[in-house]
Amino acid sequence: MSVLQSIVDGVALGAVYALVAVGLALVFGVMRLINFAHGELITAGGYTLALTAAFPRIASVTITVLVCIVLALLMERLAFRPLREASPTTTLIATFAVAFALQGVWLIAFGPEGRTADVLASLNRRAIAGELDVRWITITMLAVGGALLGGTALLLGRTTIGLQMRAAAADFRAARLLGVRADTVISFAFVLAGLLAAAVAILLTVQRPLVTPTFGLQVTILGLVGVVVGGIDRLGTATLGGFTIGFLTSVLGDALPASERVFLPSFVFLLVIVVLLLRPAGLFERPSKAAVERV
Amino acid sequence: MTRRRRYATGVVELLVPAGLIVLVGVLGGFMAPGTEEDFITALVAVTIVIALHVFVGNSGVLSFGHISFVAIGAFAAGLMTIPATVKPTLMPELYPFLAENDMGNVPSLLLAAVLGGLFAACVGVPLMRLSGLAAGIATLAVLEITHNVLRFWEKIGPGAQTLSLVPETTGLFEATVGALIAVAVAFLFRRSRPGRKLRASREDPPAAQAVGIDIHRQRLLAFAISGALAGFAGALMVHQLGSITTEQVYLDLTFLTLAMLVIGGAASIWGAVVGALLVSFLDSFLLNAEDGTDVLVADLTLPNGSSTVILGVLMALMLLLRPGGITGGREASVPFLRRARGPGRPSLTFDQVSESVSERR
Repeated sequence: MSVLQSIVDGVALGAVYALVAVGLALVFGVMRLINFAHGELITAGGYTLALTAAFPRIASVTITVLVCIVLALLMERLAFRPLREASPTTTLIATFAVAFALQGVWLIAFGPEGRTADVLASLNRRAIAGELDVRWITITMLAVGGALLGGTALLLGRTTIGLQMRAAAADFRAARLLGVRADTVISFAFVLAGLLAAAVAILLTVQRPLVTPTFGLQVTILGLVGVVVGGIDRLGTATLGGFTIGFLTSVLGDALPASERVFLPSFVFLLVIVVLLLRPAGLFERPSKAAVERV
Repeated sequence: MTRRRRYATGVVELLVPAGLIVLVGVLGGFMAPGTEEDFITALVAVTIVIALHVFVGNSGVLSFGHISFVAIGAFAAGLMTIPATVKPTLMPELYPFLAENDMGNVPSLLLAAVLGGLFAACVGVPLMRLSGLAAGIATLAVLEITHNVLRFWEKIGPGAQTLSLVPETTGLFEATVGALIAVAVAFLFRRSRPGRKLRASREDPPAAQAVGIDIHRQRLLAFAISGALAGFAGALMVHQLGSITTEQVYLDLTFLTLAMLVIGGAASIWGAVVGALLVSFLDSFLLNAEDGTDVLVADLTLPNGSSTVILGVLMALMLLLRPGGITGGREASVPFLRRARGPGRPSLTFDQVSESVSERR
């Protein structure tokens, strides 16, 4: 496999993980909440795609987006809003609980074998003839990833609600004192998270059509790791962290000899530990910040 | 608090959880074999959750990685107790020194504890410098690595296959004794100097450092002790089940044991014991109900996955309504001693400070 091929695949997977990272970091920004249950939004999206396979594509995609957004809002309203005053560790465990409860729900509703979601399977066709194997999905991943990231950046930078979200992320209490409505901002962050999760579900099911109850969990764990490694305090660093972990997983998978490839997660997580030790505040955070030891 | 009363509360703190464990052990003996198995499971769960408590409860740092120590204990003890005569046929890839040796039950438990403790100590040297989110993610990384290596390295175990034919030596008696050992270790650590220093660092890290406490060292010690207990618990578990796969000691067990700790109350031994017993019995009940084999109430059949849903919801509710857990993170006490601890007490111990602080949260 050529180096260029590795890089193309790596960038595409990186774009997907960047979307996961933005979803996690947006919610963290306004709520200081690490959302383990984000993956269940992705799983819900995957199942919706599988269930609506008979519908026209556009309807299927629209319904998926709606389901993810509604589930995200429900999650916030029922589980996380009452915990707003709790310590970060408590809320982290709470999201863990929500994630597992929802996995139980998927198991009850759809069984352990999984459903096949091949709504957009046609995207697996090759886009370019020749040495380089570029499929339409790779291009779609890049396009959708770029568009959503750009859209989020515009939204945060150019609109009132975006300004309010950034204010809330910087100092929640001060933002509230200045008239930012906490519920609106937080709900909006969850809407965006739901939208991004739906996009991830749609993109991922093209490559891995089998949706099982743990479909989103593994993606989220890796995305979360990326976010923390990149630096969770700022959206930019978190997104870059997500991209890096996706890119790294893909490229390292290609670079390792076949016999060692099964140990890929070990290599990735080992790197994660090393980065966390050297730069606990995040790989892309400014050193001045990282130098402060957090006890 | 007078010295005599302090000893009295200490005795109560140790004897009440220990008494409950013995009670469960004795009651289990009167049950039908199937139900007896649930009692053994509960006692093994107590051992794991106590291990988790020793670190999480005393340090206040969250660990998602403890199940990796359980996994190492389970696979080491399981592997070394399978007779050397059958091992090469089961696992042809195994290193010779693993394939050609075997040992008895008690040595395998000790081996598991030593390996769990050593692994925790090695991992802890770098990791204990972290706290908060970074610590959570890093311990999760340890779990992922352990799972990945155990699953695919066929020279040290069965890989993705099931490790089977492990002698089933953990009965009610062994499980009870195991849980009692864990409680005793946790109690001694709690009352020890390092234990108190660690709890001081949990409540107020800068103040603890200001009085000369080396937080890293205290956390590392607790991590190693709790790793050893977790390895020991893993050995008990594999000897109960007789077979094990890497998936059984991964995220699901991590969630289940964390749920036990949170529901019971992470900050106390009593909380860990109560939470582990309650959740384990509930979980066994629900799993039995999923299989359709009836329990207590008529013939109840739940769909697969119900237990996860119910436990998840229960855990979330507990965090919402009573973040300190059922016990509020307090140790066991008896009424007449509790009354004496009312207002007007002369001085506060670290324990009481931490209790009042955790109540306020």
